[in-house]
Amino acid sequence: MTANTLTIDAARKALRSREMTAVELTETCIAAMEAGAGLNAFVHKTPELALDQAKAADARLAAGDAPSLCGIPLGIKDLFCVKDVPTQAASNILKGFRPEYDSTVTSRLFEAGAVMLGKLNMDEFAMGSSNENSAYGPAVNPWKIDEAKRTPGGSSGGSASAVAGDLCIAATGTDTGGSIRQPAAFTGIVGIKPTYGRVSRYGIVAYASSLDQAGPMTKSVRDAAIFLQAMAGHDAKDSTSADLPVPDFEAALTGDIRGKTIGIPREYRLDGMSSEVEQLWNRGTEMLRDAGAKIVDISLPHTKYALPAYYIIAPAEASSNLARYDGVRYGHRAELDAGDGIADMYEKTRAQGFGAEVQRRVMVGAYVLSAGFYDAYYNKARKVRALIKRDFELAFADGVDAILAPATPSPAFELGAMASSDPVEMYLNDVFTVTVNLAGLPGVTVPVGLDKSGLPMGLQLIGKPWEEGELLNHAYVLERAAGFVAKPAKWW
Amino acid sequence: MSIDIKTARKAAHLARIRVDEGDLPALASELSTMLAMMEQLNEVDVEGVEPMTSVTPMRLKRRADVVTDGEMPAKILSNAPDAREGFFAVPKVVE
Repeated sequence: MTANTLTIDAARKALRSREMTAVELTETCIAAMEAGAGLNAFVHKTPELALDQAKAADARLAAGDAPSLCGIPLGIKDLFCVKDVPTQAASNILKGFRPEYDSTVTSRLFEAGAVMLGKLNMDEFAMGSSNENSAYGPAVNPWKIDEAKRTPGGSSGGSASAVAGDLCIAATGTDTGGSIRQPAAFTGIVGIKPTYGRVSRYGIVAYASSLDQAGPMTKSVRDAAIFLQAMAGHDAKDSTSADLPVPDFEAALTGDIRGKTIGIPREYRLDGMSSEVEQLWNRGTEMLRDAGAKIVDISLPHTKYALPAYYIIAPAEASSNLARYDGVRYGHRAELDAGDGIADMYEKTRAQGFGAEVQRRVMVGAYVLSAGFYDAYYNKARKVRALIKRDFELAFADGVDAILAPATPSPAFELGAMASSDPVEMYLNDVFTVTVNLAGLPGVTVPVGLDKSGLPMGLQLIGKPWEEGELLNHAYVLERAAGFVAKPAKWW
Repeated sequence: MSIDIKTARKAAHLARIRVDEGDLPALASELSTMLAMMEQLNEVDVEGVEPMTSVTPMRLKRRADVVTDGEMPAKILSNAPDAREGFFAVPKVVE
């Protein structure tokens, strides 16, 4: 076993006890990253920056001033601005963009001593569920059961692939409709989307601002707690960031959920659901019951309307957020013909710079916000969103502590499998995850087993607002009971 | 409601994305599929429900209306496709 396979927890012990230096750990991860080209996970590598950061981390470790992430090599999703490092949200429209500043998340990670190996692949502007909408081409799932290459999920597909393939110790992701939790489930790792407002969005390329939230993607629940601790907290630069104290998430991992009430939402039992997903969900339920939790059936009656509400609200916000890509201040500008005016410049620049899915969502968003349709679509969706949130509030008011649900309708599918489908079929991947973004709640996926073909499958736990600690403790119990230790065999 | 070619052209224009005439029928069909999904919301009774404005019940913070940052034109312009003499340059806007 080499050091790149370590968890944050194991690596920090080895670093603090000086069994290993941060430079050694970083060199091992750089080698794994270089050997991992077949996964197409890392799209901008920063090995020199990583080694500089590792040397600084070693100095802090030697001085006894070592926060948990000190010297830990991470991958950073291409959505996070990092000063002087290419940041293009997997879009051609941001080709060549080098931010003059850091996102709050990355600056906090760097202050905590973390090491950045590079930027990670994703769906363009975080719009997608398979990482196939990327200017870099798709990231590939390290899990392989036949000749076919599979999706690592999306949009944080590069993050999931890099963590599952041990190219780094952990990675950042972002989740607007499931973009942390679905790829985590597809690759057998842990991913948590925190409560909306827990983590600053400053310096993260915006997709749908009322839904976007960053979070960690890790090899264990404990790592998720450690990593989230370093990312979270109030930031004056993000007016939606919550001015609330951040509790000690790792200390919340007691492994004791006796007397807690777990809700099983009946509306998540979809018609035509695969029997493997259903069996996994039942197994997870039994694990929590065996740990002393009380299991209750609950109803979240507006669940089936979450997907249509999401695919109005998210494109509407995207059409507004992505208006800034106009060929003036940064990124791509189309070559213009003689006589072209400024409107030609906008239209040609955006047609060339945005990929097909981004174009679709920006156009749909402009349409649902346009005069005559605003009430029928956008306002209606915001009302339904209020009802979806109320469903959860009523369940929590009835004494439910956490909700257990599937993470995805299927295990990872083959790259290209959805190429001939209409866009809505791809959106169905988000059916179990979008509700959580619409309601602003924390949600975590935990790997629980392999399907009969040998692909990882995860379950999702949904918690109360601001209770990520308690949620992670439930996840920790599920993780221990499931005992998922399988790793993909290296083929890349 | 299904989207016709004229409406697809309008959506593309609102989004300031150039779409060739020949690509409009396919675009209209994709947008129609998306709208068909959205129309499931017509089943929901939203009588008396306020549209959500903020997912967390908190007031947005205010800060003093003062300049806190600035004096960095070189940084602001560093990523511009065309910057001249301290300004962003664009094609002629006013005839």
